[in-house]
Amino acid sequence: MKRIITATVQDRSGVLNRITGMLHKRQFNIDSISVGKSETEGISKMTFVIEVSDHQNLEQLTKQLNKQIDVIKVSDITDKAIVARELALIKVGSNGHQRAEIQGIISPFRASVIDVSKESMTIQVTGKPDKVEALIELLHPYGIKELTKTGVTAFLRGHQPKTVTDLHATPL
Amino acid sequence: MKLDVKQEPKSETEFMTGADLFIQTLVDEQVDTIFGYPGGAVLPIYDAVYRSKAAFKHVLSRHEQGSIHAAEGYARVTGRPGVVIATSGPGATNLITGITDAMMDSLPLVIFTGQVASGVIGTDAFQEADVLGITTPITKYNYQVKTIEELPRVVKEAFHIASTGRPGPVVVDIPKNISAEVTAGSYPNTFSLPGYQPNVNPNPLQITKLAEALSHAKKPLILAGAGVLFSKASAELKEFAEKYELPVANTLLGLGSFPGSHPQMLGMAGMHGTYAANMALYECDVLLNIGARFDDRLTGNLQHFAPHAKVAHIDIDPAEIGKNIPTAIPVVADAKAALQALLTKDIKTDHEDWQKGLQHNKLTFPLWYDRSDELLSPQWLIDQIHKISEGDAIITTDVGQHQMWTAQYYSFDKPNKWVTSGGLGTMGFGFPAAIGAQLGAPDELVVAVVGDGGFQMTLQELSVLKEQQLPVKVIIVNNQALGMVRQWQESFYEERYSESLFIENPDFVKLAESYGIKGIRIEKETDAPEMLEEVFSYNGPVVVDCRVVQKECVYPMIAPGKGLHEMIGVKR
Ligand SMILES: Cc1ncc(C[n+]2csc(CCOP(=O)(O)OP(=O)(O)O)c2C)c(N)n1
Ligand SMILES: [Mg+2]
Repeated sequence: MKRIITATVQDRSGVLNRITGMLHKRQFNIDSISVGKSETEGISKMTFVIEVSDHQNLEQLTKQLNKQIDVIKVSDITDKAIVARELALIKVGSNGHQRAEIQGIISPFRASVIDVSKESMTIQVTGKPDKVEALIELLHPYGIKELTKTGVTAFLRGHQPKTVTDLHATPL
Repeated sequence: MKLDVKQEPKSETEFMTGADLFIQTLVDEQVDTIFGYPGGAVLPIYDAVYRSKAAFKHVLSRHEQGSIHAAEGYARVTGRPGVVIATSGPGATNLITGITDAMMDSLPLVIFTGQVASGVIGTDAFQEADVLGITTPITKYNYQVKTIEELPRVVKEAFHIASTGRPGPVVVDIPKNISAEVTAGSYPNTFSLPGYQPNVNPNPLQITKLAEALSHAKKPLILAGAGVLFSKASAELKEFAEKYELPVANTLLGLGSFPGSHPQMLGMAGMHGTYAANMALYECDVLLNIGARFDDRLTGNLQHFAPHAKVAHIDIDPAEIGKNIPTAIPVVADAKAALQALLTKDIKTDHEDWQKGLQHNKLTFPLWYDRSDELLSPQWLIDQIHKISEGDAIITTDVGQHQMWTAQYYSFDKPNKWVTSGGLGTMGFGFPAAIGAQLGAPDELVVAVVGDGGFQMTLQELSVLKEQQLPVKVIIVNNQALGMVRQWQESFYEERYSESLFIENPDFVKLAESYGIKGIRIEKETDAPEMLEEVFSYNGPVVVDCRVVQKECVYPMIAPGKGLHEMIGVKR
């Protein structure tokens, strides 16, 4: 199962290396990691999307993260009300008359064209990973020349509902 | 010939370098012994050592691996962090085995490595190695000092992290320009580690649950590991076990945490554990693990490990709880605090049949060995050493058959007398560890029991024994073989002894003598008691070449992949 885990960490040199090294050594499959400064000076926020095999494996993951000296707080927010976003840049092949067609495809995704050349155009899309995936899927027939993603970054919504049953259905 | 290298004239008084500041931080930490080896990147530090007029003892090894294993022996025996200094590049990489060993066995070490000057880091400078990168997976934490201002804080943090919570090795990499920098300053050493707050006191709810589980148990068992030793909880463990009549088994590293001769003691469990201990683990209905990590050499095949038991686990490291074995009652705490809390509880005991059964197993299936009329029987040799030293010596071992025999036959009644490499199983550990142990406990009898194979990995440290005048007794259990490898080849590879029998060994007696150390050879059991008496009454170091039977195997044994109840070699 895929889990979204966030970690608040002290911004010390080598912290990313230490954490990814631990994940690698303990054979956790990392889908994505995103790291950035937080609202507090000296504190960074990491967001991991990690595949775990079962509950025990998940428990090990959070415990091993917590064990790191630089890690202040670990939360598995998968089942919470969260906002989770990633950004993708997609360069697709396109000649003149395909452009309008592609515009038509991307507009429901609220994606935008940020660069155009004779044979290609570059699209930027932000959103939940499944939305980003869906757009990439639709653009495939035009030939994807280049693709890059930031990985998911996420946090809890301001308001957490009392029951979380509805949220389980769409974890991302 | 002395080259006339121009030196800046220095006033003898009043100059302080980063290295002096560094030495001051060690003095502040009450370091009394440093294990180290000099080189280019630590020249400023060694100059400060020289000028510090010996606020502590510096022990010069003959290989950095010797330094770090000695520091491990020191830490194991004293409970205080072992301190190591090595130079950059090869000096640092020579420490890797020892750092990993300390990480696996949770030993507090603070290791200082020199580094090339800050300005050339990353350019593949002479003797540059990425020490941070290399040591990240094998340390509890590591640092590279970036400025002289942060040096005192980093050192203080390093000692704190190494010696609190679950102990472990911490590396501090110090670029040469920082140790050479002249400074007038004293800098703050206060620190805050919001992400590092080891939980010492147990959750009262979990303690209540645990007491209830024990009250309902018909077949309770305590498994005591090295965590009991680190938290100095042996007295509490004994009181607790006696109060509620609970039987105790030890892990390899936990030996000494509960008296070996105690009637409730079932002995060591695991691959070469006793029948009584392993069957108790197999049959128990409540298993209380105190400070052990359910290593695979203890558990055997996980499917057959304590299959009927409700498992409770006291550990200061939450990540060890539930890692290998599903755990019903997790108690994140220091062992001593948890045992003290448990001692306040009313626990019913109703397990007389269980105790009787365990005593029966103990009496019916004791450890056994064959005597020999040619060379020494190795198990008998350990028995003799136990007798002569009245079970009261600090014993270090190397890794192999002799290690298991020592664990089996040297019954430890007191804590912190047992120094062995468990998790990593590092050949070459035992002899230098004895040097560190003797320096940490100068008034005690220290015996290094080593194999003829492992001793040859670090025997260069004989110079240190001589230089430091340490009366360590080195017992070489010489079977002319990599005995443990030979045993596995006999048992599992149809006696194809591939590269495990020595054709040549040095004359260990002459070898010792060439280092200026007394050497003795014992070849017959009839000579042994008298000669050992001579060894142990000698006031100085002795190397004893004990020629033992090569074909002896360590039994009983749980073969790889088998369960606790499937031991072989339980009876002759
Ligand atoms: C550094 C290292 N290399 C290899 C091994 C694998 N190994 C485990 S026991 C053993 C044999 C040790 O022989 P010796 O030191 O003579 O002890 P004995 O088993 O004969 O008592 C070997 C090679 C190891 N544990 N450590
Ligand atoms: Mg041998």
